[in-house]
Amino acid sequence: MYWHSVADFLAMGQHGLYVWGSVLVTAILMIGEPLLIVRRRKTVITRLQRQFHAEQADGRRMARSGESNLPRNAH
Amino acid sequence: MSHRLIHWFRYASPQSFYPLAGKMIPWFWLLAALFGIAGLSIGFLFAPTDAQQGEGYRIIFLHVPASWMSMFIYLVMAFWAAIGLTFNTRLSGMMASALAPTGALFTFISLWTGALWGKPMWGTWWVWDARLTSELILLFLYIGFIALQAAIDDPRRADKAGAILALVGVVNIPIIYFSVKWWNTLHQGASVSLTRSPSMALMMLWGMLLCALACWMYAIAVALMRARTIMLERERHTEWVHNLLTERHGQAR
Repeated sequence: MYWHSVADFLAMGQHGLYVWGSVLVTAILMIGEPLLIVRRRKTVITRLQRQFHAEQADGRRMARSGESNLPRNAH
Repeated sequence: MSHRLIHWFRYASPQSFYPLAGKMIPWFWLLAALFGIAGLSIGFLFAPTDAQQGEGYRIIFLHVPASWMSMFIYLVMAFWAAIGLTFNTRLSGMMASALAPTGALFTFISLWTGALWGKPMWGTWWVWDARLTSELILLFLYIGFIALQAAIDDPRRADKAGAILALVGVVNIPIIYFSVKWWNTLHQGASVSLTRSPSMALMMLWGMLLCALACWMYAIAVALMRARTIMLERERHTEWVHNLLTERHGQAR
């Protein structure tokens, strides 16, 4: 280990502001990016599932009332 | 030979690429974490101080890997764009779109850490010299690519327009890389190059290379995650997306 104490490590020989400022912003961005992607993915999956289920329900209703020969996007 | 070709084209369809990417992502995250922990502990805990720059030089372990990635991701993005233009494959455009935000992120990290490194060493946050300016143009190219694609509703047309912008922008990459040779700049020359032995202590070099590997693994993992989401959005009218999200109620993530 190169450092003598934690304070020594945090001070970075009077360059603490610059070193930790770099580390902080890099960490925020590199943790934030995958979290944003996961959130977007969940939104997309939820939206598509809702849409597919609605289409299936429509399809069943149309089949019961004998309208199944209509084009899918007629409603 | 022909078998191998068929094999590759099979994975070029989103339908077979989607589950494959899903299996690969955790492994790339694991590798990114291992390389990252190793590289950062060498860089921040064990590497000796720099004779000229003191402890401030440790920004190198973030700055150099991010700068390498910013250029390399652009090349990969332009490669996929070129493949998409030539062979009109669906996957290529999705890969190019998936890479752009990550490339922009690394470019921003490169500029940010560079400014924080420049202040104590050069006495200024920013100078309009060749290396810094061309890296800033790279950020604008990424943002331009993302904005152009977002402005066009039809994804296939957006892919084509973006691909042309990406390919024209490739000219900037050698300008960034060789700027410290071609012009007199405040920015120092390359610490590591392919043609001569590195001008830095071995432990510093290892820390930097491990951090760069971690950034590689991170970029692949993140790009695959984003590509999978783009696939679901763009292929929502196809049967495989429909089956994937209805039959198993979205458990196949």
